[in-house]
Amino acid sequence: MKRIQAREDVCMACRLCEVNCLIEHSLSKDPVKAYKKEVPRAMPRVRVDEKSSVSFATLCHHCEQPVCVYSCITGAMGKDPVTGVVSVNQDKCVGCWTCVMVCPFGAILPDTLRGKATKCDLCVHRETPACVENCPNQALMVVEEKVAVPVH
Amino acid sequence: MIETKYLIIGNSAGGIGAAEAIREVDRVGRVTIVSDEPYPVYSRPLISKYLAGKTAFESIMYRDADFYNKNDITVLLGRRINVLGISRHRAELEDGEDIRWEKALIAVGGRPIVPRVRGLKKKGVSSFVTLDDAKRIGGLIDSRQRAVVIGGGLIGISATEALSKRGIKVTVVEMKDRVLNTILDETGSRLVDDVIRRAGVEVICGRTVAQIVGQPTKSNQVGGVILDNGVQLPCDLVVVAIGVVPRLELATGTSLEIGRGILVDRHMATSVPDVYACGDVAEAYDFVYGANRVVPVWPTAYIGGRVAGYNMAGRKMEYDGGTSMNSLSYFGVSVISAGLVAPEGQGYEALSRLNGARYRKLVLKDNRIVGMVFVNDIERAGIVFGLMKDAVDVSTFKEALAGEDFSLVSLPASLRAARRGMPGWNLFRPAVQ
Repeated sequence: MKRIQAREDVCMACRLCEVNCLIEHSLSKDPVKAYKKEVPRAMPRVRVDEKSSVSFATLCHHCEQPVCVYSCITGAMGKDPVTGVVSVNQDKCVGCWTCVMVCPFGAILPDTLRGKATKCDLCVHRETPACVENCPNQALMVVEEKVAVPVH
Repeated sequence: MIETKYLIIGNSAGGIGAAEAIREVDRVGRVTIVSDEPYPVYSRPLISKYLAGKTAFESIMYRDADFYNKNDITVLLGRRINVLGISRHRAELEDGEDIRWEKALIAVGGRPIVPRVRGLKKKGVSSFVTLDDAKRIGGLIDSRQRAVVIGGGLIGISATEALSKRGIKVTVVEMKDRVLNTILDETGSRLVDDVIRRAGVEVICGRTVAQIVGQPTKSNQVGGVILDNGVQLPCDLVVVAIGVVPRLELATGTSLEIGRGILVDRHMATSVPDVYACGDVAEAYDFVYGANRVVPVWPTAYIGGRVAGYNMAGRKMEYDGGTSMNSLSYFGVSVISAGLVAPEGQGYEALSRLNGARYRKLVLKDNRIVGMVFVNDIERAGIVFGLMKDAVDVSTFKEALAGEDFSLVSLPASLRAARRGMPGWNLFRPAVQ
């Protein structure tokens, strides 16, 4: 299961991940146009949480048991059986925010302008996710998670 | 005679959850879903959007059109099972055919509570639970102007928004002193109430409808309602939305143990071997109450259905439990509510923050979150829900909980590492043998 892991020990909260994610998901893919011309502006799918010197990016874990998919009332949320990527069908999503309510990482962002749930899509259309490629400190990396099913 | 390994009665969240889990484990055993509705699975919460937008059925379908075929599921639509046939494992359909089954799941959901009010049979009176309800109202709406919605809870407010969007003047009559009183506290209700009134909806609280009356020249068409205080409200449409109760017909008179709903254990198994239940009909484990309750919400229905399905197919899984959990966005206000939001009794601590129309309240007991209400300020609510679900001791950071920037970074280092590193939740774990 692929996902993007953020390293708290080296993240410096420069937020270039947010900037590059926004540009990557904009219409123009151009920094100036994406930020200054497109309305509504695209939304980054990654968010840096910061408290004094502690910071890290939070993104979708593309969970093996995706509670967002199970909770979604429209069927918009789905997990691709081949790639494992959890994604939101933007046509079906009605912006009820049930997924926002259940994601334990707070990784799903409500795009209130468009009324749609937004989350990391692992940049499946790119070789390396935009945030990972542009992090100056290598604080973001793609990890392959072994599917562990702990027995209690 | 139909022969099936798995019989799933009900074609909504719970039934589909079970079918999908079964198919993960067993790609061969015959799966038969029986529904008394004539539709492929659709999202019941979306009937409001259906009524509001005059949209096509496709927009509220929960799965693709080829879902049943792709998963090799036999689906019998518009057919009702009258008898489950526990001892002989032989169910009886209303049309006379029998179904022999090995494992059965009762996922029939709930039915609307019918108030004791005269005049319910008049034309223009409807409940608002199924797609057929929405279609019935939709068929009348173009010739109607004023509606009374009986009940200011989740269903009532949902119906109210749909009707308002179609240009109908709505009056909500709520028995208790505030709207959405089962999922919101006083402040939350007030914030929603403000928005609804500004949208032109009339809200009358602390009153019930005593009688539905007809029109002067057409007594079988609804013409108004009379409240318990004698006040008359003219209207040409009435939506009854005072709640749902489990559909217990298949359990009544059998050895199935029932409380308010069909009682199930942590494997979603009923008191009868080979019979399971989930969704709005079931009384399953609630992790906030630490006891079984009927929790009629979509996520718990689907997840409970999955657990039932795994167990039916022989993979023993345990249900972590559900709780009251609702997220809705009506009239431009967003509400996320879960757990105990307005507890009675001792030992509860409330932490809250109100900024204009942005509100957060957490209810704690023994330094664990047991309830949450978020109005408009809903970002990252799932982090709090997760801390509640996992009964995490929040004493070292509880002041930050209701704060503006609460996020994973607000947690102490060790807890933060644990919660950031987890490969998602285990919503259901293999049971210890």
